[in-house]
Amino acid sequence: MAVVPLQRKPLTFAERTYLPQIAAGLWTTLRHLVKPAETLQYPEQRPAIPPGYRGAPTLVRDPNGREKCVSCQLCEFVCPPKAIRISPGAVPEGSGRDHVEKGPLAFDIDMLRCIYCGLCEEVCPEEAIFLQNQYSMSGVTRAEMVNHKDKLLEMGGTLPDRHFKWDRKKAAEEAGGAHH
Amino acid sequence: MDVFLNLPVLVQVALKGLAVICVMFPIAGACSMAERKVSAWIQSRPGPNRTILPVFRWVPVVGPFLQKLGAFQLAADGLKFLFKEEIVPGQVNRLYFILAPVIAMIPALSTVTFVPFGASIDHAGRVFPLMLANVDVGLLAVFAVASLGIYSIILAGWASNSKYPFLGAMRASAQLVSYELSLTLSVLPVFLWINAPGTAGTMSLAKAVEFQSQAGFWGGAWFIITMPVSALVFIIALFAETNRQPFDMPESESDLVGGFHTEYGAFKWALFFVAEYSNMIVGSGVFVLLFLGGWNPIPWVSLATLAGWLGIAGHPVLVGAISILIFIGKILAMLFFFMWVRWTVPRFRYDQVMEIGWKKLLPLAIANLVVYAIGIALIQK
Repeated sequence: MAVVPLQRKPLTFAERTYLPQIAAGLWTTLRHLVKPAETLQYPEQRPAIPPGYRGAPTLVRDPNGREKCVSCQLCEFVCPPKAIRISPGAVPEGSGRDHVEKGPLAFDIDMLRCIYCGLCEEVCPEEAIFLQNQYSMSGVTRAEMVNHKDKLLEMGGTLPDRHFKWDRKKAAEEAGGAHH
Repeated sequence: MDVFLNLPVLVQVALKGLAVICVMFPIAGACSMAERKVSAWIQSRPGPNRTILPVFRWVPVVGPFLQKLGAFQLAADGLKFLFKEEIVPGQVNRLYFILAPVIAMIPALSTVTFVPFGASIDHAGRVFPLMLANVDVGLLAVFAVASLGIYSIILAGWASNSKYPFLGAMRASAQLVSYELSLTLSVLPVFLWINAPGTAGTMSLAKAVEFQSQAGFWGGAWFIITMPVSALVFIIALFAETNRQPFDMPESESDLVGGFHTEYGAFKWALFFVAEYSNMIVGSGVFVLLFLGGWNPIPWVSLATLAGWLGIAGHPVLVGAISILIFIGKILAMLFFFMWVRWTVPRFRYDQVMEIGWKKLLPLAIANLVVYAIGIALIQK
């Protein structure tokens, strides 16, 4: 690299008195003074959540109202801070969804441990767990900060489903398809 | 007005004193609030806007307006200082530690007595100033008493028995001594001009205003127009004397934690701040009187002219009220300027403060004095 000597001009008399610079600074601060405040009045105004925001992890249902989690426990295994605990169980007979075979009996996420990394969402083969927009969580005990299955499903709501994997599997099975 | 003038002198003095205190304290208190609000606005924040008394919550327009303005935060802060636990650290010298904030208040409040805050016109058409002690030494007394304020800072720094307060106090004493010279030298041309040969000599601030309210182009011009360099040196030295940014060496929190008041808390700390704001108010008042025409509304329009235009020349009380309003308005503008500069100019380093004081400001003040002394001698000979 070539060395380029910089020409530094000596300060003029006006610059050495600082006064023009101070006047310019006063003008800058005066413009900020009359500018409206940038502050978000938080509890009344809420920030706009950008798409892809990683809030609290939630469990979702498909448009038919079926809880999508099949209790494979991949999220439990991938979770770096071990915030997720799943008790797998069978889907009860005659519930109309027994072809899914497995579902969580209990699904707890400890929000005191969760680090909002989103690995659970990424690893889920069923697209059943999503980090959604909830960012404000509070409680007065540790137990209160553990989200149980019903709370997680309520927070998650219903998300659109592109695959209806289990319905198609059932249909294929009934039609006697090769791959079911 | 005549009823007031016919009262015994002691009652008159007591009433005047009460009136001044009733004006000084709310302004000094409101300054801390204004400081927070102006700081916030300059930083594009809304500032304190949540505190409200439950009673005012149900007042339709005024309540929310006062809440947004943070008017109740002032009361909340004051009450907090009053009810906080008064902690006196173990290592301090108790007597002097407690004495320091008390001493800080003495010059802060007693300099007010020498500052005229308005004028009125009696029925004979003569203008007379409204002030507590109309003494000829006026400005000299202000300077003399105001420089006592340094004792409270030194006392606080030394009694705290802790290194940061001590460093802050050392810096404060060095800074105040350095800038007092320039401060005094910068106002000498004003009084050289006022005290023309053959007239009775005076250092009265009211006389300075009277001089700026004469007729004619040169008579009505404020001293900031005729003596801009004096005004500049005075205002810079005033910033240093009141320990305001960019000269807040004694308490520069980035290198001295809190400076001389590091070990103070609760109401003793609040007293230091009330004293600082009172000093600012008196300093601004002196600057307004000397260079900004005192209670004259605008250059070349004196209070008497304004009273003539408004048709209230025969009402001393009305004229007095208007002159006080004008004067307080100018002081508030000056206080705003103090806060405005605070968020514009970064704090100087300690050696820069000394260099500006001794190598720049003092020679400038001396040169200014010499030039004006020669000029005035030529004009008034």
